[in-house]
Amino acid sequence: MAKNKIIVVGGGLSGLMATLKICEAGGEVDLFSYCPVKRSHSLCAQGGINACMDTKGEHDSIYEHFDDTVYGGDFLADQLAVKGMVEAAPKLIKMFDRMGVPFTRTPEGVLDLRNFGGQKNKRTCFAGSTTGQQLLYALDEQVRRWEVKGGVTKYEFWEFVKIFKDKNGVCRGIIAQSMNSMEIKAFKSDVVILATGGPGQVFGRCTASTICNGSAVSAVYQQGAKIANPEFIQIHPTAIPGSDKNRLMSEACRGEGGRVWVYRDGKPWYFLEDMYPAYGNLVPRDVASRAIFKVCVHMDLGINHDRRVYLDLSHIPADYLERKLGGIIEIYTEFVGKDPRKVPMEIFPSVHYSMGGIYVDRKHFTNIPGLMASGECDHQYHGANRLGANSLLSAAYSGTVSGPEAMKWAKENVSKLCEITDAEIEAARKEVQDEYDKIRQMNGPENAHKLHQEMGEIMYEYVSIERDNNGLDICLGKLKEILKRWENIGVTDHGNWANQEAMFVRQLRNMIIYAMAITKSARSRDESRGAHAKIMLDENGKRIEKDGELQFYPRNDEKFMFTSVVSFDAATEEPVVTYEEFEHSLIKARPRNYAVAKKE
Amino acid sequence: MAEQKKTVKFIIERQDSPTSKPYTQEFEIPYRPALNVVASLMEIQKNPVTTDGKKVAPVVWECNCLEKVCGACMMVINGKARQACCALIDELEQPIRLQPARTFPVIRDLHIDRSVMFESLKRVQAWVEVDGSWEVKDAPIQNPYTATTAYEISHCMTCGCCLEACPNVGPQSDFIGASPSVQAYLFNLHPLGKFDKEKRLEALMGKGGITSCGNSQNCVEVCPKNIKLTTYLAQLNRDVNKQALKNIFNK
Repeated sequence: MAKNKIIVVGGGLSGLMATLKICEAGGEVDLFSYCPVKRSHSLCAQGGINACMDTKGEHDSIYEHFDDTVYGGDFLADQLAVKGMVEAAPKLIKMFDRMGVPFTRTPEGVLDLRNFGGQKNKRTCFAGSTTGQQLLYALDEQVRRWEVKGGVTKYEFWEFVKIFKDKNGVCRGIIAQSMNSMEIKAFKSDVVILATGGPGQVFGRCTASTICNGSAVSAVYQQGAKIANPEFIQIHPTAIPGSDKNRLMSEACRGEGGRVWVYRDGKPWYFLEDMYPAYGNLVPRDVASRAIFKVCVHMDLGINHDRRVYLDLSHIPADYLERKLGGIIEIYTEFVGKDPRKVPMEIFPSVHYSMGGIYVDRKHFTNIPGLMASGECDHQYHGANRLGANSLLSAAYSGTVSGPEAMKWAKENVSKLCEITDAEIEAARKEVQDEYDKIRQMNGPENAHKLHQEMGEIMYEYVSIERDNNGLDICLGKLKEILKRWENIGVTDHGNWANQEAMFVRQLRNMIIYAMAITKSARSRDESRGAHAKIMLDENGKRIEKDGELQFYPRNDEKFMFTSVVSFDAATEEPVVTYEEFEHSLIKARPRNYAVAKKE
Repeated sequence: MAEQKKTVKFIIERQDSPTSKPYTQEFEIPYRPALNVVASLMEIQKNPVTTDGKKVAPVVWECNCLEKVCGACMMVINGKARQACCALIDELEQPIRLQPARTFPVIRDLHIDRSVMFESLKRVQAWVEVDGSWEVKDAPIQNPYTATTAYEISHCMTCGCCLEACPNVGPQSDFIGASPSVQAYLFNLHPLGKFDKEKRLEALMGKGGITSCGNSQNCVEVCPKNIKLTTYLAQLNRDVNKQALKNIFNK
């Protein structure tokens, strides 16, 4: 019997984990990536990966990890999915350890643990401050081993463009394009798993790699896959602002004792410690980002009235910093030219991670049969806000679910599928070819990269830390204009060899459509929950203030403790938002307040 | 002085395809503080016009993370192989000359084909032979000092700077280069990885292996991750020689 063929798109932590599991189950993988998989964005994760190892005498428990994750996600995460993840976490760490990940160790040679935001116990395993790089390399090595053994064929420098479906609407493979020869080809498979990461580039400057553009997610969304909770975009509180990208300064800085402050009345004001005495500098990211934004924008206390605050490590011994945070100290020194061991760093929040993504069930199936999604590109595990060091965990864990489930589905269903003819597949390929050939001839006055920058600025202005319905309406209008202006792009590269410009133009259209889904979903949710904070407006459309404080919508469980589900209306190219139930019966929703110790 | 610079000048070596002839083009972009080479190339994308006013195709290059972790944006900048994302304009002499790392085949402009490095990782078996990704039992405890060495080597991002700088990597010699060789050393340190130590040493004995290293020490100078490549190459050389002797006596 022929082996089951699974296509995995994306070679980050989730895609590689799924690939390994498929090989181990006797399947064959065609692995597609923009880049050599060893250069995938998972390697930018710094601080660590959460797992209840309980080796620090704190009586940590898996239940506590479960509760912290659900509470941190403001009760919007599917609780059975989260439970599966936190239970598997310690086993995954041991697997990575056997594979050779150089975790930081205690003097007696066992894995060290550190503190992280939104958690009271030491639960974060780490390899200095380059944990993502080390975990990614371990899986890259194991997948290379399978490449030699014959289970994996890599298509690196190939771009996923679209899926193709049979007449019953089942996904039967993908259309992809070589980024060098520009050849456009159809690839058949039993199941397609998208593991294509987050959409950070929709916001232009962010902490994500240039390849994290959400284009693949948008492509399948336009082909009928639903997106869930896209309005929940994590803004990381501590990044170095830059004109090309905002470079992440790990939460591990605060986990290892870093303090955030600004001058007030000529004296340092440790405002997080002041505002949230129970968690201090280790409040979750949404809370910390809002506080920094308030201090800089509404109180005008930023450094030199700028949008910057201090993140201070200078009181911590230099050799300790070197051992625990060496990698990121090097990044700061290299890109800013100042030494964080001696002077406080200057940071500001930045778009970082998408809690939302393709709508999947707990097995990672989308609403299109034969299509799965795994990793940051899916909507699972994090609800309205992700805890630090839970992303490496969800990426790796989701691959251990999607891979085996793909094999199971293939074994049970492939024989029952209808025939798909070569002519049908060629028609799907031809459509992509025609679209690409058209892009190559575009001759208008707009520059795609400038248009991208403009979109990013609009998204930051209206759909980031603080939102209101006026702004979101304006934003939707502007995005529609940008979509129209996309038609007037001109390319200067009309060639057909490694044409990065034409590929970017195609990605940009997908990004604009993704941006509309994020914005519409934010517009529809009239409450504040996790990363989505909405200011109330009076009848004249003015922001409501009380005693000088902006008034935010409260969390509204009755109306909004539902998953936002967004589908694409092909006729108008606009998003349609509905709400769906999810599993939240294990831990009862309670108010979220980090000023006081968490109650269960 | 940085404050007085109003523009930044680039001379970029371009090449339309793997087989076509290289040529240079000059670009000038507005200066801003903290500008680096990748950010400059992005500026050129927004307005791909040369200094003599010719509208051209934007420059093609590879980049992902922009924080010196992914290894993608390696190119030759003012004669030195390095990552473009952390090459700050303020620290570079102008005009800034960008060239592809020609130790590797050029695909287009600054975009090169480094697949040979990933093939070398297969040759040295740069992985631990785990039984599978399933749970077995606890992973072995590791000496924290050895683990610190492993962590240092494990920063290698396969960028290829050490190969570009090495006089023994290229058409004149088949040396696989410092980066993949030292990965063999890394896995020989691991408590489970060392079970296959002999296989990795054997792989480094043949053509293009460790004996092709001419000890020029260029690699350690250019390594963007400051990995003590020459130290580990020397230790590896000793291990390979020991293994070779062992092979003779065991015959």
